Amino acid sequence: MEEYTDKVLDHFAHPRNTGVIEDASGEATVGNPTCGDLMTFYIDVDDNDVIRDVKFKTFGCGAAIATSSMITELAIGKTVDEAYNITRKDVADELEGLPPIKMHCSNLASDALRAAIEDYRKKQDNT
Amino acid sequence: MVYMDNSATSPVDSEVFEEMKPFFVENFGNASTLYEIGRVSQRAVAKARQQVADLINADTREIIFTSGGSESDNFAIKGIALRERSKHPEKNHIITSQIEHPAVLETCRYLEKWGFEVTYLPVGPTGLVDPEDLENAIKDETFLVTIMHANNEIGTIEPIEKLGEIAHKHNVLFHTDAVQSAGKVPIDVKKQNIDLLSISSHKLYGPKGVGALYIRKGVKIDPLIHGGGQERKLRAGTENVAGIVGFGKACEIAQRDMEKNTAKLTEIRDAIIKRVLDEVPESYVNGDLEHRLANNVHLRFSGIEGESLLLRLDAKGIQVATGSACSSQKLEPSHVLTAIGLEPALAHGSLRLSLGVENSIDDVDYVVDSIKEVVDGLRKMSPLWDYTNQKYIEINKEDVY
Repeated sequence: MEEYTDKVLDHFAHPRNTGVIEDASGEATVGNPTCGDLMTFYIDVDDNDVIRDVKFKTFGCGAAIATSSMITELAIGKTVDEAYNITRKDVADELEGLPPIKMHCSNLASDALRAAIEDYRKKQDNT
Repeated sequence: MVYMDNSATSPVDSEVFEEMKPFFVENFGNASTLYEIGRVSQRAVAKARQQVADLINADTREIIFTSGGSESDNFAIKGIALRERSKHPEKNHIITSQIEHPAVLETCRYLEKWGFEVTYLPVGPTGLVDPEDLENAIKDETFLVTIMHANNEIGTIEPIEKLGEIAHKHNVLFHTDAVQSAGKVPIDVKKQNIDLLSISSHKLYGPKGVGALYIRKGVKIDPLIHGGGQERKLRAGTENVAGIVGFGKACEIAQRDMEKNTAKLTEIRDAIIKRVLDEVPESYVNGDLEHRLANNVHLRFSGIEGESLLLRLDAKGIQVATGSACSSQKLEPSHVLTAIGLEPALAHGSLRLSLGVENSIDDVDYVVDSIKEVVDGLRKMSPLWDYTNQKYIEINKEDVY
């Protein structure tokens, strides 16, 4: 198998922002334990629609954990609209590359963040 | 470094390496040539052939050298199938098991494209083939049964003597892939009703790139590799003398040390299993606990995934394997774990430690402590693990986006 970059291994060995946010502004679970990937993302959003905090829990391989960790770093401090536009390529590029067979993991991480943002937007609509 | 992936490959024994050295630069002769250095090679090959034969109580003439386990499996199955097709075309049925090594399974699938019919016998929850299933599967068209002696993933040892007996009762040939068992478990091809048997050198502390197929005297087989007539015209190609010499020596050492190694590895294996099952919640052993290779520890842990387990252990200097989907090229969980009935989500959290002679009982505490630490760390950030209550969380499909 093609090697993981040092950045991927670093984010895998020392993932940033793991955990939960109680009463999160938005949260969502994506993936499928059958495939071996499951991610739950929690976001905390302030009154200016800026993401103050992101936390995640991930069941998955090295790439799954690394991409989850990386995307939280990319998302914190952005507005929800900006964060919604983070692509899997952005994540893979920040990690200085992913083996082709692992690209679906970065896809899942950006899906997870978007799902959490959509949950936030739905909650906003309801209030 | 603690290396516990001997089922993948093992280091070459230093005695073996010494034995091989003269055959690269000084005694480089082609074993088929008539002059002095050719004869030296020929004698060395003959000696190695006897050493391999002795390991399984075969006659020296029944051993054909190959490039390894995969070639031996291909040779056995295709060689018998093609022979059979030319003599008795109505006999087109092969029986194997669902947990064979891909070298057997892919060969069978390939033969299906050529009009052969293959039955893949199921296994029980610990990986055992039920002899009665074999009895029921055999029909008039059956000409070959191929069932592995010991499984490379979960370590289960199959009842091959009984399976061979059943095959012979119906005049069907019996092949066994003994790649993981040769040198570890006593094998007697005469007593155990075996007609063909595959061995691989690099699984028993010999060099890579060499193996053997045992073919019982009287069994007719078509060669896979045609050419210059080596190996009694059954397997062409200039002999890999250095490799063969190493392989033979490795077999001799394995035979000599089998009892001692088995005792030591069993002790280490059982110590690891006991501590893990006692100390790690929701940890399980895959494979049969009684009929099991002395060096195989196959565990699974709920709520976490195997590749991440493997990488974190690697960071601690511990080298092992996993059957998770993410770690394979196909992104599917191991077919063996699927065959024993594990749900994919549970199959993903599997870990295989295959011990070797370089391991010692002193490794146990470091390895188990590391496993505990890594499992705990991964469970802390898993959405499938309730860390407070230390148990698995079932996810409802509706909760997933």
